[in-house]
Amino acid sequence: MEIPMICYLLPALFMFCCGVYGFITRKNMIAMLISLELMLNGVDLNFVVFNRYLFPGSLDGMMFTLFAIAIAAAETALAIAIIINVFRIAKDIDVQDLTKMKF
Amino acid sequence: MVSVGSFIAYLIIALVMVIFSVLAVTTRKILRAATYLLFVLFATAAAYFQLDYEFLGAVQIAVYAGGIVVLFVFSILLTSHPGDNTAVLKTKKRIPALIGSVALFALVAWSLIDRVCDYVSIPKMSFLTMKDLGTSLMGTGHGQYLLPFEAVSVLLLACIIGGIVIARKR
Repeated sequence: MEIPMICYLLPALFMFCCGVYGFITRKNMIAMLISLELMLNGVDLNFVVFNRYLFPGSLDGMMFTLFAIAIAAAETALAIAIIINVFRIAKDIDVQDLTKMKF
Repeated sequence: MVSVGSFIAYLIIALVMVIFSVLAVTTRKILRAATYLLFVLFATAAAYFQLDYEFLGAVQIAVYAGGIVVLFVFSILLTSHPGDNTAVLKTKKRIPALIGSVALFALVAWSLIDRVCDYVSIPKMSFLTMKDLGTSLMGTGHGQYLLPFEAVSVLLLACIIGGIVIARKR
């Protein structure tokens, strides 16, 4: 039995598309952030699968994923700080109600 | 050549990824969305383990499942009531999103199937030791990543300071 490369790429692609759908349809800021994490995760899996199947001798894709995970952690921490600050000011984190800075 | 057991493990991983990523973006309770995201992240970590990148799987569990999801759960509990449902979406907005993401999936899947179907078997890889990882993370030669490593450490420091400054009570 063999597991072809496409069998890993298609679930990762599906995860990314779910993330796109969620990012468009969600209105809660934290739910949008969750969709963003799904997208990032699909891309990370892609890097690793391409590295493992095409270049098994090098570590480039794995390093990309390692740094992407670190940057995702930093991005999430900052985004949640911003969301909590917005909640403190506007008492709401629904993106359609946050119109305070529009003119 | 993989064993039947690891093929079954692959099937479970792929199924968990697909089902829970759909549920994470369609469920109406936001705390459940965070839980489903946790399951997807665990399945991804299992896929990394299956592809022989044990260190990466451990990092995925420690940073994503242990750190980010906990942050999500804390901020969800701080900003919304756990029992609340999100408002029902208007069909006007959901249909274009569905069409867009399905079209994206079809387009990319078609080009992937067109291009990468030749790679059927997983090539042999020598066991990845921590020494290999350390030398490739801490060198400046070809295929070594000292500069990104330092850049990420500065980024994390900036992120710590930025988080404190933004979320501080005035």
